[in-house]
Amino acid sequence: MRFLGYTLANEAEMPSEPPRPELFEEMGAFVEEAVKAGVIVATGGIAPTAEGARVTLHEGEFTVVDGPFTEAKELVGGWALMECRDMDEAVEWTKRFLSVLGAGECRVRPVM
Amino acid sequence: MSATDSITRVEAVFRMEFPRVVATLAAFVGDIGLAEDLAQDALVDALRQWPRDGTPQNPGAWLTTVGKRKAVDLFRRSRTLQEKYGQLGREIDRAALLSAEEEIDFDRESEEEIADDRLRLMFVSCHPVLTVAARTALTLRLIGGLTVPEIARAYVVPEPTIAQRIVRAKKTISDAGVAFEVPKGADRAPRLASVLQVIYLIFNEGYSATAGEDWLRPELCAESLRLARVLAALAPEEAEVLGLVALLEFQSSRLRARTGPSGSPVLLLDQDRRTWDRLHINRGEDALARAEALTDPRGPYTLQAAIAARHARSFRPEDTDWNEVVALYGELVRTAPSPIVELNRAVAVSMASGPESALQLVDQLVATGTLERYHLLSSVRGDLLERLGRHEEAALEFDRAAARAANARERLLSEERARASRNAAERPAPPCVTGPEP
Repeated sequence: MRFLGYTLANEAEMPSEPPRPELFEEMGAFVEEAVKAGVIVATGGIAPTAEGARVTLHEGEFTVVDGPFTEAKELVGGWALMECRDMDEAVEWTKRFLSVLGAGECRVRPVM
Repeated sequence: MSATDSITRVEAVFRMEFPRVVATLAAFVGDIGLAEDLAQDALVDALRQWPRDGTPQNPGAWLTTVGKRKAVDLFRRSRTLQEKYGQLGREIDRAALLSAEEEIDFDRESEEEIADDRLRLMFVSCHPVLTVAARTALTLRLIGGLTVPEIARAYVVPEPTIAQRIVRAKKTISDAGVAFEVPKGADRAPRLASVLQVIYLIFNEGYSATAGEDWLRPELCAESLRLARVLAALAPEEAEVLGLVALLEFQSSRLRARTGPSGSPVLLLDQDRRTWDRLHINRGEDALARAEALTDPRGPYTLQAAIAARHARSFRPEDTDWNEVVALYGELVRTAPSPIVELNRAVAVSMASGPESALQLVDQLVATGTLERYHLLSSVRGDLLERLGRHEEAALEFDRAAARAANARERLLSEERARASRNAAERPAPPCVTGPEP
């Protein structure tokens, strides 16, 4: 089964200082392990919402609003598409990801 | 850690860590049966301790260490066992083992060491001394980490059958004194071929179940692909491993399109290719490119992947370069001669040059008698006859295909096609383009 895991945060409440340098190495090792285990099948980072746009179609009218989107929690940081046997396993990999990060919130959703 | 650590979490973690733990323990004690028992014993400790004290930072290393300590206890306690293993000629330096206890701490083995152990275990569980059925069961259990009930469910056989198969397999390996090592030299190629074959057979059973009501068992496909990916991570320089990964990725991309709403099979040429999974296709292309860069000439899995890629690149069957597919099948027949490949080649020929020339090839195959009981031979022949407007003969072939199909869904499909041919015989209709997998 495929699961989409993504980090969720309110950008306004994010710390402004850059992450500690060791984090990149630790995250790299974690991703390598998950890829070699055949779990991560695709992954990517995502730019701040300030660089994004919201596109809506309502009653035939398109509206395009440039970011940032600050009113609620948004996909901030990155995402990973995982292939796991079940939700328990996907949750476990997500916990390991968050342990490397130190703190944060992730959502895990089965992909139909 | 948190108080919410539950039995479920321990079991989920254990299942994920099990293959690595067993591999390391098997390298430590030199016996896979004992390694599995030790891992299970470590689980019992984990179930008692983790909910109370929290899940350790590195659960795999924790389980391995507990397993090793239990091994040391066992060897200390049981003189009989020591003698038994001594007699078996295992390269266990018992003195080292007994003094190892102080050194066994929660230090993690290096990733490379664990990887080496996993690769060794894969070669052992796919050892030619075992029957093919034993190899697949043991591999799913020890490398895939599936439980006996899960394997039994996947293969639609009673649990005791699988349990016995695994017990016997472990005994056979022990009795034969199979070394816990990655084969080298002249031995390596055939042993690797056996590993690849086991993974491929697991996939095939999932992709086109030989028995039972369902045509597909996607969990076997997923398991097989996972094994192939793990193997590719362990042996990244082997072209045919990448070839197999590519082939399984391409075939997995079609899983969703392969059954109709009622669970009936939808064959390659009838599938809605827009529903093919692009992620699998991209991964397949990537693995294929890496395989082709490593090898010349291409091996059988790489060639089959190259054929699958030709389908994956075409949104409609008529967009396929069928002459190229025929040429690839020609190369495959020369590399790995097999009547089934000949049959597939005939189907490709029918797409490139029409049913007439394909029927000649199939009739040559029929004359050899090698595929007499293979339902797809009748199915292909029926299809070619149908396309040539020879409906009554086609109906007879589909009858034969139905009689020979072990899978209920495939049988229904052939029966349906036999009926359609009989109807067409009474009321001529334009030829249709359906058939097995070219």
